[in-house]
Amino acid sequence: MIRYALRRMAHAAFLLAGVSLLTFLFSALAPGKYLDEMKLDPRIAPETIAALRSEYGMDQPLAMRYARWLKALARGDLGYSFAYGQPVGPLLRVRARNTLLLTGISLLLAWSLALPLGIWSAQREGGWPDYLLTAGAAGLLIIPDIVLALGLLIVAVRTGWLPAGGMESVGAESMGWAARVRDTGLHLALPVAALVLSTIPMLVRHVRAAFVEVLDAGYLRAARAHGIPRGRLVWRYGLRAAANPLISLLGLSVGTLLSGSLIVEVVTSWPGLGPFLLEAILARDLYVVIGGVLLSTVFLVCGNLAADLLLYWADPRIRSQGEAA
Amino acid sequence: MRLWRNLRGWLAALMVMHAVILCAGFFAPYDPVSQDREHPYAPPARIHFRNARGEFHWRPFVYALRPQADSFDSYAEDTTAPIPIHFLVEGARYRLLGVLPWRVHLFGAGDGQTRVALLGTDGYGRDQLSRLLWGGQISLLAGLLATALALGCGLLIGAAAGYWGGWRDEVLMRGAELFLALPWLYLLFALRAFLPLAVTPLEAFFLVCGVIGLVGWARPARLVRGVVLSAKERDYVRAARGFGAGGGYLLRRHILPQTWGVLLTQAAILAPQYVLAEVTLSFLGLGVPEPAPSWGNLLASLQQYSVLTSYWWMSLPALAMTPFFLGYLGLASALQRWADPSKMDSGGMGSNG
Repeated sequence: MIRYALRRMAHAAFLLAGVSLLTFLFSALAPGKYLDEMKLDPRIAPETIAALRSEYGMDQPLAMRYARWLKALARGDLGYSFAYGQPVGPLLRVRARNTLLLTGISLLLAWSLALPLGIWSAQREGGWPDYLLTAGAAGLLIIPDIVLALGLLIVAVRTGWLPAGGMESVGAESMGWAARVRDTGLHLALPVAALVLSTIPMLVRHVRAAFVEVLDAGYLRAARAHGIPRGRLVWRYGLRAAANPLISLLGLSVGTLLSGSLIVEVVTSWPGLGPFLLEAILARDLYVVIGGVLLSTVFLVCGNLAADLLLYWADPRIRSQGEAA
Repeated sequence: MRLWRNLRGWLAALMVMHAVILCAGFFAPYDPVSQDREHPYAPPARIHFRNARGEFHWRPFVYALRPQADSFDSYAEDTTAPIPIHFLVEGARYRLLGVLPWRVHLFGAGDGQTRVALLGTDGYGRDQLSRLLWGGQISLLAGLLATALALGCGLLIGAAAGYWGGWRDEVLMRGAELFLALPWLYLLFALRAFLPLAVTPLEAFFLVCGVIGLVGWARPARLVRGVVLSAKERDYVRAARGFGAGGGYLLRRHILPQTWGVLLTQAAILAPQYVLAEVTLSFLGLGVPEPAPSWGNLLASLQQYSVLTSYWWMSLPALAMTPFFLGYLGLASALQRWADPSKMDSGGMGSNG
């Protein structure tokens, strides 16, 4: 177990190191830097820019800068935002929390809907409920998440059922604890709905495919012949057997949700990483962009790591493989 | 046989849709950037067959929209003078298929002056239908070019990794893993972040194609590598090598032809994803800039609350995109079944990549 976990963690660390190097390389290869654009501004003295350059280490070779940045990162320092004039870490923390809240809830909701729907559809394979659900999933699949988010936003604005945009109502600070949670929940409904609707068709299709295969297997037929009730058959034995591809999909869906949340956050003006990153790109705020991309990779890698460990627990084949290696 | 018919159906539908976009100049009544400051946010024109006195006309007609005095965006139909719609009328100059100069449009107002905006107009009075059709050219072309780029890079890298193996394979596949590990939109953002912001539409177009294509090489590379790995151990390849065939010849002649199925399927899966990536970038203001139309920046105005609430026709372009995605989804699953009839389709647009 420990060996397997260590191997997966080493893999995750490799991914993170690679991504940090990659984003750093992008930033180095790119023409046009924040400081270069400051040069065009006649109100800023050349000396100031030179001082800023050496302060941020811009005049040093790339490898040095990368090493410096890594060292700072080890201390939890993500760099300095040019645009905000503030360290990046605290700036990102609030946004990352909001994004995690949004994607976490969406992930839970999407899976807790997709699993029963997919299983239900697989059990009635070929019947009209299955047909209807498959067609519905395909229908949702072709609607891009931008369109979905915009459509939901239009509905919310027209009907006034849900607050359209933001995270809290004006004056939320003065509300009581329960009222504030309720207020945030209402604001969450729209982005969560958009995210769940855009991920669910893919999940339902995969869950259905996995269960169609498993339900047809000999051991489940035998179990059915022994008179094991259907609920237990599906949830206790079927789920275990179908778990492997689904857990890999769980790791994948974290990435899909993170990408999706970027757009959904911008459309519904949820104050997460998406709008913040977009703003940073437009302002050429180098360290904010690098920090944001890196943070999103950390989330993704953590999600994949969790999926890997879950897989170890769920799939005996991996366990025996892990011990053998 | 049924598979082939299915595949052909989707292919034909897609070809018709692309042909309409390709001949945007003919189907679009106006130039996509020409403005009509008299009619900002005009609602879609109503086609009439029956005039104010209730008389029926075979030729459809519209009424000119007169701006109301009290506000800038409310209009009334001038029912005194019906304007017939004519087909194959001469109008603004354009180049058919990008080369042939022509002036004939599918339809237009009979008086040659009134503008018939079937999908309404935007804040500058530009015809939304024309912008939608011309924007489709940019978005679809960007998506297809990016797909070609991603597949080209994927093919090269995958073939190199699979054929040579050893440390090269290790390095290349680790790199692919890296690209697959990142949420693609963040990666796109990161790459776009460090490229210049203020660029001409043409530069922006190639920039967007390049960025999307370069981010997407990893998945096709992995698949191609798998095919190459299995193909290079086949008997006929070994036999050819035994006869002294070189690496380049083997790859070109015996190994790469095997990757066709994978590449075609990937193309059908990736193309809509990349069209969508362009739409996303342009929607966020990082892609093709105004005044050039693209499906993304057509939707960008919906970020304004007032547009979202007051002008419902501004969201019509979003609906117009979905048939293309449906076509590509159908094509992808038909191709998958065609390439491997034993397997159910499981891919699609939603997957990460």
